[in-house]
Amino acid sequence: LLPQLLLRRRPAPAGAFALLARPASSASGGLPPLTTEIHPGIKRGAFSQLTDADLSAFEAIVGGDHVIKDADEVLSYNIDWLRICRGQGQLVLRPKTTEEVSAIVRHCNKRRLAVVPQGGNTGLVGGSVPLFDEIVISTSRMNSLLSIDPVSGVLVAEAGCVLEQLDREAASQGLMMPLDLGAKGSCQIGGNLATNAGGLRLLRYGSLRGTTLGLEAVLPTGQVLDCLTTLRKDNTGYDIKQLLIGSEGTLGIITKAAILCPARPKSVQLAFLGLDSFQAVLDTYRLARRSLGEILSAFEFIDSESMRAVKQNLGLSCPLGEHSFYVLAETSGSNETHDREKLDGFIESVMSMDGCATDGTVAQDAGQFAHLWSLRERIVESLLVDGYEYKYDVSLPLADIYRLVEHMRTRLDGRVIRTAGYGHLGDGNLHLNFTTPKFDAKVLELIEPHVFDWVRDRRGSVSAEHGLGLKKSQYIRHSKADFAVRVMAEVKRLLDPNGIMNPYKVLPDE
Amino acid sequence: KYIHIINKADMAASKGLKILVGCKRVIDYAVKVRVKPDRSGVVTEGVKHSMNPFDEIAVEEAVRMKEKKLAGEAVAISVGPPQSQETLRTALAMGIDRAIHVEIPLAQLEKLQPIHVSKLLAKVCESEKPDLVILGKQAIDDDCNQTGQMLAALLDWPQATFASKIEPSQDSKQLRVTREVDGGLETIDVSVPAVVTSDLRLNEPRYATLPNIMKAKKKPLAKMSPDQLGVDLQPRQEVISVEDPPVRKAGAKVESVEDLVGKLREKGLVK
Repeated sequence: LLPQLLLRRRPAPAGAFALLARPASSASGGLPPLTTEIHPGIKRGAFSQLTDADLSAFEAIVGGDHVIKDADEVLSYNIDWLRICRGQGQLVLRPKTTEEVSAIVRHCNKRRLAVVPQGGNTGLVGGSVPLFDEIVISTSRMNSLLSIDPVSGVLVAEAGCVLEQLDREAASQGLMMPLDLGAKGSCQIGGNLATNAGGLRLLRYGSLRGTTLGLEAVLPTGQVLDCLTTLRKDNTGYDIKQLLIGSEGTLGIITKAAILCPARPKSVQLAFLGLDSFQAVLDTYRLARRSLGEILSAFEFIDSESMRAVKQNLGLSCPLGEHSFYVLAETSGSNETHDREKLDGFIESVMSMDGCATDGTVAQDAGQFAHLWSLRERIVESLLVDGYEYKYDVSLPLADIYRLVEHMRTRLDGRVIRTAGYGHLGDGNLHLNFTTPKFDAKVLELIEPHVFDWVRDRRGSVSAEHGLGLKKSQYIRHSKADFAVRVMAEVKRLLDPNGIMNPYKVLPDE
Repeated sequence: KYIHIINKADMAASKGLKILVGCKRVIDYAVKVRVKPDRSGVVTEGVKHSMNPFDEIAVEEAVRMKEKKLAGEAVAISVGPPQSQETLRTALAMGIDRAIHVEIPLAQLEKLQPIHVSKLLAKVCESEKPDLVILGKQAIDDDCNQTGQMLAALLDWPQATFASKIEPSQDSKQLRVTREVDGGLETIDVSVPAVVTSDLRLNEPRYATLPNIMKAKKKPLAKMSPDQLGVDLQPRQEVISVEDPPVRKAGAKVESVEDLVGKLREKGLVK
């Protein structure tokens, strides 16, 4: 009985089925192009080649079953989630313990073999897959939850634990993971930390830089860095874990993490509004902060083009009519009556304010709640159906956010299937995407570096939360001073003298 | 017994059928239900509740019949604790005209059974005189699937349960109801007044839009008590214990094909 209802009313949870729902690049005819073909300027570093002796060494460390050499199997580790990159890695290793990771990395450092740490492989900037023949070190087997303390809220887990599963475990103790993103069914906590993932609720719970209390990592020399404390406050020396958080796997492989989990809210409400101008979106946001204040837990906006994509490409239905913009405003609190009252107050203000929301609904049950969120969480997936997706993720002053979308839409008129803008309005973070049936170098030329220059001129960030990976490393100076970049290079040289840890990523090629 | 036979012309002239819709407040279907440690029931405190999904379908059908001008007035009724008012507000926000709340004190709530609810509804029908009562076929907390049938028996009205379609009959004098039965679909003609219970495929309930959510606050919501209706809520059943279903035994994960074959051999499943 119940499964029937669930099938009827709720689309599949975005994260869990995201990989399955990925189109098999059918529009572009099979495999994505080799990354080295898209970026012919990048030369392979002075790394060694894999030998049989290396293979024997790895087999001795993880066991023959977890050394993957079969071309078909290895292929999936070489292709990123967006299917815009294809590497030429020949080997995947799947360690189970920190000791195994350490032994592997020590060997690779001694032999000067390049490696790529890989978690859920859901990154969007080509940072988690090889370019040439780097060895993929997958954390997927390191998936044990080590402990949850219901009193302090501290959760300690191995890097390969899937975010959604950790959230479920936390739920059983009345807690929740402090971050949530569309990839939750596949992404792993190690990767979340390595990319300092933001997500839908950063507005309320802050970034991983604040909620990560400790971590354990294997440095590029193979040494184990144990900063795995569960203490809320520990001001003893330099906070080295902050270097690893957001380093996108270029300074080491995170193997364990201690996360501070907030209490799971007893009452979560969701309002979904239809608006007809971006100014109305901004006005609604101001209203939301004033009337919902401390219970506001998410504020996302979606433009009409993005909504069209989820409707056309995934067949999802939108309960509101056609509007230029849609807003999801979510509240999380400890008292349902109190929260509903606040939400009612917000809605009344929104409806009585001139030029504000003209249409909207409030989720009445869990099914409607999940469906409304899927209209936002599955946008990325829906755009992939068009064929090839050019993805941009920028931070801008709020007033400029949609100006960029309109500007680029005009610039690319007639050359793309669509220009979609949506994102974490509350964080000033725009997700800007263009789609074409196949990869089109001329379209890429029209987009880059123009879009990054536009953002730099308004002192925004060329990568708000997705990171630099491979795709944006040469634009780092658009948002960071040159000297800062040189200091970063020093740190990289210090921790990774042979440059084996995820080369070609994050820092520009110098 | 089957007193009025209303034809379509009459329906239009006489402002359409009057519909009474039942709504029950239940634990939200997406919530993981937990058994109380003393095994006397399930945990409801602090747990998300919402309208029984089959009742949402019933409400939606009533609103659609109004939109098609088959019905003139739609009234929602809920038998339950004070919080049932929220459930009724949802019904009002979907397009119901007014609501009736039969409030049950907390002490008697746990022992409330379909027999009591159907008697309460029957009493309300005596005064409200609806032409059609639509109830959800069953509630997802007790899965009883009894209230609609008992109500029809008490009122001595025809019943059409598990409806997947409701429309005027060929001669417009009755209602033609398609029922979901084990063997497929059964279509019957029922005279009004009648009791119909909704099944999953009857319709897909709408989202309550903001203007309607605001309007719902001003729609009439009348309160009644079981005493006023003269119904005795003496329980006829006693719940002895509530337990979790037996835990599934864990399977074993194998790391390789060799492992798998080895385990299958161990269990004597392959030679």
